[in-house]
Amino acid sequence: MSATQVVHSAAAPDQAAGRNHIPGEAGIWIFILGDMAVFAVLFGTFLVYRNKDVALFDSSQLHLNTTFGLINTLLLLVSSMLVVLAVTAVRRGTPKPAPLLIAGAIGCGLAFSALKVVEYIGKIDAGITPQTNTFYMFYFLLTGLHWFHLLLGLVVLSYLLVSARRKTHTAAQFAWFEGGGCFWHMVDLLWIALFPLIYLLN
Amino acid sequence: MDTIVPLLRTRTSIVWFVLILATLLTWSLGGSHHTPGVDGGSSLAGFSILLIAFIKIRFIGLYFMELRHAPVALRGAFEAYCVVTCGALVVLFGMSQHVV
Repeated sequence: MSATQVVHSAAAPDQAAGRNHIPGEAGIWIFILGDMAVFAVLFGTFLVYRNKDVALFDSSQLHLNTTFGLINTLLLLVSSMLVVLAVTAVRRGTPKPAPLLIAGAIGCGLAFSALKVVEYIGKIDAGITPQTNTFYMFYFLLTGLHWFHLLLGLVVLSYLLVSARRKTHTAAQFAWFEGGGCFWHMVDLLWIALFPLIYLLN
Repeated sequence: MDTIVPLLRTRTSIVWFVLILATLLTWSLGGSHHTPGVDGGSSLAGFSILLIAFIKIRFIGLYFMELRHAPVALRGAFEAYCVVTCGALVVLFGMSQHVV
């Protein structure tokens, strides 16, 4: 498909992407898989340190608000679904609802950030900082690093919001749209591992 | 709304619903294992929480990221990530439970 052709598919929704289709620009997958690998190492390191002092990690974890973690997980799952729907709409050549869907995903991301701020303020008010102990050092490091990715994701979603307003997309424009969506799904995916690891595993 | 409803008629919507249910299940397991209970219950809850998390991650990759349609190398790299990372975390958690 040339860069000037309009993306339009009448294929069934579940098969619309086609076989052997790389979602987004191929290069973004080096970044996404690389980022996921870095987080995997951090997850493993967290458990190695936990094994050195399980009692400390378990008692510290009891001060975390698992309900905040649950709400944040649900917010990211909803936002991911909204992005999936927006990508499907653009792929089908019916992009009208896409801006609204992306705006909804941005709203979920902002709500996640607001909860994260409330959570951090609560910890700091209680005198809990990264220097408190090893568990909280990992808590602030991992959740902070993930939050940084989420903020980057919000910038990406803002680009998608502008892109979604186009009535037609070239193959290149759609690849960026799809790739941006995959970046947001990575933010969701990393939280899906991080939430149980830090908040629930006891 | 008329333009959004047709978009929901996909297998991905069902996957999303299952992910929501799995999240609630994980949360309830996490909440319950904070309370000291029957020996072994805490370990089982911990292993279950990790396994459910990586099953969810796999579904996000295959359905949300659409890697189920990707070339074998890309899909394989993602599947390998899920298996290796989950396996390593399960072993490390098992060490703290004196299971491994």
